[in-house]
Formats: sequence, C-alpha cells, structure tokens
Amino acid sequence: MKPLDLARQAAQGDRRALAQLLSWVEDDCPEGRAALSALVEPAQPACVIGITGSPGCGKSTLVDALIAHLRQQDLSVAVLAVDPSSPFSGGAILGDRIRMSRHFLDPGVFIRSLASRGSLGGLAPGVPAALRLFGAVGFPWVLIETVGVGQSEIDVAEIADLCALVLSPATGDGIQAFKAGILEVADVVVINKADLDGALELEREVKATLALSSEPPPVLRTVALSGEGVDQLYAVLSQLWTTLRDTGGLQQRRRRRTRYEVAAALRQLASQALAGAEAVFEAVEDGRLSAQAAAERLLAQRHQQG
Amino acid sequence: MSEPRIRVLVAKPGLDGHDRGAKIIARALRDAGMEVVYTGLRQTAEMIVSAAIQEDVDVIGLSILSGAHLHYTTEISRLLQEQGASDILLFLGGIIPTEDVPRLVALGVKGIFTPGASTAQVVSAIRQAVVERH
Repeated sequence: MKPLDLARQAAQGDRRALAQLLSWVEDDCPEGRAALSALVEPAQPACVIGITGSPGCGKSTLVDALIAHLRQQDLSVAVLAVDPSSPFSGGAILGDRIRMSRHFLDPGVFIRSLASRGSLGGLAPGVPAALRLFGAVGFPWVLIETVGVGQSEIDVAEIADLCALVLSPATGDGIQAFKAGILEVADVVVINKADLDGALELEREVKATLALSSEPPPVLRTVALSGEGVDQLYAVLSQLWTTLRDTGGLQQRRRRRTRYEVAAALRQLASQALAGAEAVFEAVEDGRLSAQAAAERLLAQRHQQG
Repeated sequence: MSEPRIRVLVAKPGLDGHDRGAKIIARALRDAGMEVVYTGLRQTAEMIVSAAIQEDVDVIGLSILSGAHLHYTTEISRLLQEQGASDILLFLGGIIPTEDVPRLVALGVKGIFTPGASTAQVVSAIRQAVVERH
C-alpha cells in the first residue's frame, strides 16, 4: 500500500493502517517519512502526558487507571508504552500492555508498545514521530509510559506537554528525593501504592524537598490498582494543561519537543558520518588533527555526500 | 535506517494458567533479537487479534495446554481474516495431539511445536516464515 493512502486511511480511523504507519516511522523508512509529511496537524492539539518512574512503581497500572477515567469522559486515548531493548541481542520483552488488558477491545483506546532500541533517555527513537501520527489521527489524549527509569532519564520531559513522576513507598529514603535529576522535571509527583506502609513518610519527604524549589509541583496520592486518587490526578493534569495552553506555555513545550527531534536527527547524521572514518581516527591518534577538527571534517564530508 | 525487527505477540488464550512455556519462548525470541509483546494469561481470541493489530506484529504465538487449541485457532484465524490481517502468521505451541495437526494447518497455522521442541527450532521457523512472507 502507498504511504499516502495509508496516511489517509489512518486519519479516517483505520487502526490497522495506523499500526502499520507506526511501524514505518519506528523503522524510520522512506515510506514512513512520506506518510508523515502528508499528515495534517490537527486543529486541536492533543494533551500529551508523560508517565515516568522506577521499575515496578506502578506506571502501567496507573496508565490503565487513567485510560479508564478518560474513557468515562468519552475521551479517546492513545498510549505509547516503552520497554527496554536488550543491549546484547537487540530484542525486547514488551510487557506494559498486560496491565491494560481490560481496554483491549475498546475502539477508543489504542495501545502501542515500543522497544527503546538503544535510546538511553527512557524513551524510544520513534516516539516523536508516533506523537505526530496520533495527533493527526485526532486522539485528544496521548499517554507516554517510559521504561522504568532511575535518576536521570529525562527525555520524556522534553517530549511530553506534562510529565508525571510516579514514586512508590519502600524505594529509598529522603536522600533519593533530595538528589538532582528526575524530580526536577516533574510537573506532577504521584505517590502511588499510597495504601502501603511508608507512603505518608515518602510524601512528607518529597514535599519537604520540593518545598525548596521556586515552583513546587503538586504531590498527589493514588492507588492505581483500585483507581483511588486517579480522578484527582486527571483533574490536576487537565488544569495544568489548560493553563499551559492559555498562557503560551504549550508552545514553548512543543518547541522543546521539536528541538529534541532535530537534535536526535543531528545525532543520527553524526553517527553516520563516523562510518568509514578510520583515516581520520588515525590522524587524531598521530596528533595531526584535533578531535574537534576531525568532527568538523567528517560532518563536512557527510554534507558533501548529501 | 535500521533493519526492521521481527515483532511477535505471545499470548495464552483461555483459562489455563500455566505460562511458563510461553515465558520461555518469549525469552528465547527476545534473545534472538525479536521484539516480543507479551500479553500473558487469560486472553480471549478478540483481545489477541486486537492487540496483534495495534502492535502490528509479524507473528502471533499462542501457547495452549488446555485442549482448546482447535476452538481458539479457528476463532483467531477467522477474526484475523475479518479484520484484514490474515498476513499475520500464526504459530502454536503446547500439547497438541498429532491428529489435530492437519486441521490446524488448514486453518493457516504456520508452525506447531509440542513438548520436546527446542527454542532454536521455534526461532528459526519464525525467521524463515517471516522472510518467506515478504
């Protein structure tokens, strides 16, 4: 099937066409690029929410609960769930979907699992392009679930409109929250598994740390498994997003996403420029060329090749 | 441009709760460089087909130990056809009596693996079927 036909079908709501397009853009093949350029930006931008946090903190279950809440408001939702690729085989087990199985047959829900394919920032290379597809198809809400992250995988904050950091009890003391990194990029902090021992203590520590920032994000408690607190999370996210849109903040965040996308393309060009550069490496080793000059020469050569 | 990866959905239809085999297969496919969407236990035929379509997988691998293989394979094969996704290849693993094999093959199943099959056999059969499909 031709890229443009597929793009048209996907825009009309054909899920199989959308899924095929997602594979194309994920593989970054020419057909995918052609289809992307044919899609029209929607009049209403989608609300793109990143959900991040450590492995096992309940991200997928929280996404499942958010989907349920969005569907109650009759809002359709697309989910990108990222799990890690093996550094050895390149293969992956994509298991986030398991927690969302009650939504498999809902035509208003589209779930796609992505493997990180070498990305180290908690996302997958295909995420920005996938967001464009979802936007063009007209999903009002898009949820991005990152791989289980540690402390500094913050790509999602550059791509999503809003980023929710999910924490759960018994994963370390207040010093963890005190460190730099991921807590700084959260627009909302969610204390999940709030029914477990240690949740109140965690909340107190997180709030104490955040109180030192100029604009501390809201801290909410949820029990994703039962859905408790998810209505409030939805309310806070909606309100933050509306404020962003009305104050021009959304445009800034979209610009940040574009910058991220272009930066990723630049890195790809740079890694292509490294192919077959042995002679230049030798020149650097011999001291005839600085690493900086070598980089400039390689990029110039890459440019000449078109 | 990176080389397209083989994507496989591994699912267990029905009520039997023994997912060790499915997990071993999923792991072997992962180690062979494939991207495995693992949907786990207690899936209906409709859920499996819907997930396979959204995930745009090349292959569905079903693990069935309950004896319901003919029922589920018939259903899944019909739904794939109905939804214009009959190009997705169907593989079956589990306890499958030899006399059922011809019917399963007639339903479009590309490979059937019973106890004693090695994971290497499964990997190479999937690779070969995906190459032949293109």
